[in-house]
Amino acid sequence: MNAKVIVTLKPTVLDPQGLTIHRSLESMGFSGIDQIRQGKYFEVSIDESLGQTEREAVVDRLAREVLTNPVIESFQVVWS
Amino acid sequence: MKFGVVVFPGAYCDHDCFYAIESVVGRPVEFIWHREPTVDGFDAIVLPGGFSYGDYLRPGAIARFSPVMSAVGDFAKRGGLVIGICNGFQMLTEAGLLPGALLPNVGMKYICRFLHIRAETSATPFTSSLRPGELLHIPIGHGDGNYVAGEDVLKELEDRDQVVFRYVDPDGQATPEANPNGSTGNIAGIVSRGRNVLGMMPHPERADEAVLGSRDGVRIFESMVASLSPV
Repeated sequence: MNAKVIVTLKPTVLDPQGLTIHRSLESMGFSGIDQIRQGKYFEVSIDESLGQTEREAVVDRLAREVLTNPVIESFQVVWS
Repeated sequence: MKFGVVVFPGAYCDHDCFYAIESVVGRPVEFIWHREPTVDGFDAIVLPGGFSYGDYLRPGAIARFSPVMSAVGDFAKRGGLVIGICNGFQMLTEAGLLPGALLPNVGMKYICRFLHIRAETSATPFTSSLRPGELLHIPIGHGDGNYVAGEDVLKELEDRDQVVFRYVDPDGQATPEANPNGSTGNIAGIVSRGRNVLGMMPHPERADEAVLGSRDGVRIFESMVASLSPV
């Protein structure tokens, strides 16, 4: 069982990495791009013997406490 | 009075801090390994700069979970003096001991150079020997020093006199040009609500002897010593 955790900067937080990438794209001639925001992506494999409720609790906790800094980031979990 | 400098794998300003305290300020200091479960017997804790645990995930994010950091958190909650310098500042925000966060510098460059910061308050154990408005000539060396916080947090920091240092020009003005990394309000250092935990991006331990270009950083360690000494 795998969980994908996608971490993004909160919309109000400036993203220096995204801005720099955006500027490079413009200088390369890409047009029509309004904004680039850089985030992080994690794949978490979890013990099959755990129940789905427990798995969700584990992933929610590790995403909340470790993978994100709640001051600047939010996350979403996608199961597959 | 005894200082403790925490040693994290990947952090490399620990020896500079140790030297500044032992040889320049002339006070007892010991290293504390990051796996120590306690900081008993110490009067002040230094979280040094560097790249603890490679700064993987986010700067300071992994260091925050090292055994010594729970002890440092308890020590801080009891009112113990904690100074986090550069990566140490990042650890303190990650650990929730200071509000806000440190993002990559605007422009994405690692910046290593001398600049000026202005002491905004003398009402902290770290700046008690400084006058508000006094300038320090001191180096920075970081890629993630862009201080951000929510508007409510920023207002509280200002209202409670918790902004300790700002980046300024040589005339003491906090201009956009004097801001090296995009920090909100040119903030270079803040103190906790209890005023016993300081986080700052500039390196006082790198400005501790004339041969290095400045001795201004010593003032911060000396203020700590004065605050800890019985009157």
